[in-house]
Amino acid sequence: MKIIVCIKQVPDTKGGVKFNPDGTLDRGAMLTIMNPDDKAGLEAALRIKDETGAEVTVITMGLPKAEDVLREAMAMGADKGILVTDRVLGGADTWATSTTLAGAIRNLEYDLIITGRQAIDGDTAQVGPQISEHLNIPVISYAEDIKVEGNSVIVKRQYEDRYHMVKAQMPCLITALAELNEPRYMTPGGIFDACDAEITVWGRANLVDVDDSNLGLKGSPTKIAKASDKVRKGSGEKVTLDPAEAVDYIVGKLKDKHVI
Amino acid sequence: MDFTLSKKHEMARTLFRDFAQNEVKPLAQEVDETECFPRETVEKMAKSGFLGIPVPKEYGGQGCDPLTYAMCVEELSKVCGTTGVIVSAHTSLCVDPIQTYGTEEQKQKYLPDLCSGKKLGAFGLTEPGAGTDAQGQQTKAVLDGDEWVLNGSKCFITNGKEADVYIVIAVTGIVEKKGRPFKEISAFIVDKGTPGFTFGTKEKKMGIRGSSTYELIFTDCRIPKENLLGQKGKGFAIAMHTLDGGRIGIAAQALGIAAGALEATINYVKERKQFGRSIAQFQNTQFQLADMATKVEAARNLVYKAAMKKAQYQIDHKTSYGVEAAMAKLYAAEVAMEVTTKAVQLHGGYGYIREYDVERMMRDAKITEIYEGTSEVQRMVISADLLK
Repeated sequence: MKIIVCIKQVPDTKGGVKFNPDGTLDRGAMLTIMNPDDKAGLEAALRIKDETGAEVTVITMGLPKAEDVLREAMAMGADKGILVTDRVLGGADTWATSTTLAGAIRNLEYDLIITGRQAIDGDTAQVGPQISEHLNIPVISYAEDIKVEGNSVIVKRQYEDRYHMVKAQMPCLITALAELNEPRYMTPGGIFDACDAEITVWGRANLVDVDDSNLGLKGSPTKIAKASDKVRKGSGEKVTLDPAEAVDYIVGKLKDKHVI
Repeated sequence: MDFTLSKKHEMARTLFRDFAQNEVKPLAQEVDETECFPRETVEKMAKSGFLGIPVPKEYGGQGCDPLTYAMCVEELSKVCGTTGVIVSAHTSLCVDPIQTYGTEEQKQKYLPDLCSGKKLGAFGLTEPGAGTDAQGQQTKAVLDGDEWVLNGSKCFITNGKEADVYIVIAVTGIVEKKGRPFKEISAFIVDKGTPGFTFGTKEKKMGIRGSSTYELIFTDCRIPKENLLGQKGKGFAIAMHTLDGGRIGIAAQALGIAAGALEATINYVKERKQFGRSIAQFQNTQFQLADMATKVEAARNLVYKAAMKKAQYQIDHKTSYGVEAAMAKLYAAEVAMEVTTKAVQLHGGYGYIREYDVERMMRDAKITEIYEGTSEVQRMVISADLLK
């Protein structure tokens, strides 16, 4: 069995977010982590590997430094890492990203593709389903449990107030939720092996069946009007009053703001 | 000379730091307060490969180097001295002598289980009358047919009752050296559960209170002849060489405690306000922190250098690292004591309250000046090399 896991290096939001003048993220200037949903997807793949001996390949599109996230995945137990990087791919939105990843995946054999539900930097949840469309395979999104049975997968698909049990024949694509599992740590030996391992690096020339008009910033229908970090709250207002006065004061404020 | 850590070591540090923050730190206060051995943490560390870091993969280890191992102990000790010493005693004092002196059969039998954490290791050298003076050993081992019969006791044994495999040093005879009788000392591997092997009372300690410190008692304890570790009569050399490596682990523990106290203090002084401003804005605080950080960094360089020399020894079996290990332990332990004391002082009254980590760190630091060779013994080792 061969599993491909799409992972993304995302800004560690604890370290603050920085933007380019065009509104896209300045990824080179930020501390990064493996996107949490992707990490859960990787853990799900590694558990299938533990049980069945499946081969797990991780793939990412990004700057050359995105190689770090591949090595982290390999230090957790992934077998191979593929970095898709090329200047012409920069500034990609979800459409251009899914086009690129699908173009890379067409070079590979697979039974199952796992992606995270969404990345914490964009929160679109579009790339996984789009890849499945490009590759013309079924998609099961929002997976909170995955089981492999013969050549099928049985997935518990999360809804707000219920869940679906969905069975699909492989090959198919699953998008994973961070709640799916508790990802394992890297191991020290895994780190040493991952640092010695060769990462496959692909560029535009390696993408199969893709049109240049669908790649990079130029191939991205999304246009960013404005981007901002989380709005920081002010320190608020402190008043010292006795309880009765305090109640009147708070009620007055709430009325002023038409809350009550 | 390059002081830059490799990508491997940077990634390993990130791993150890994340693990320490997520899995160890939340329990550190409770482990100290209840004096409970953190068994679940040990199991998690085992799963993540922390119990066989410098051991070749062919024996179930991680195939990393002593520097990676030292960094692991450092990062764990930053948040919990107890957890740091559990890994250190297991790796340096049990796994390492089996790896270095064991026969192929002994390595195959013991190392995979020790590295996977299925079994935990300990080391028994100290006796009520023989600590620093290892020649004062009273525990005896007598060969009877195909078995060694052990009688005696060992005290202050780290991982005491929790371990499964013990390296035990015992007297196997009297030999004459330069016309004077000397005790012939040998090393043995003893499995928990061997009839005649029991435990005394648990020690109640000032610091590293979650660490399981027990007396080991041997009463006509019969172990197979093949459990002799290394050559008969070489036990003293094995013990001393083992302690050379152990000192790197304890130096890393001391470094971690000091670095942890420094981190906690930096955070505290930025928040604590006196006379209308944070105490970080006072020059006394700034100068104290500068001294603390400089000493922590100097200790780190000594510890890493000793670990790198041990790595060289593992390749060429010639490079000596005993003096570097002694210097690292001496300095890092004294820095740990000094930095944690200053950390408590900078925390003021809160530093004396158990709710604050630096109170525990100061108690944990003290033992690093004592076990696996006191600071005085380290000075003996260093000066003996200078004057040889």
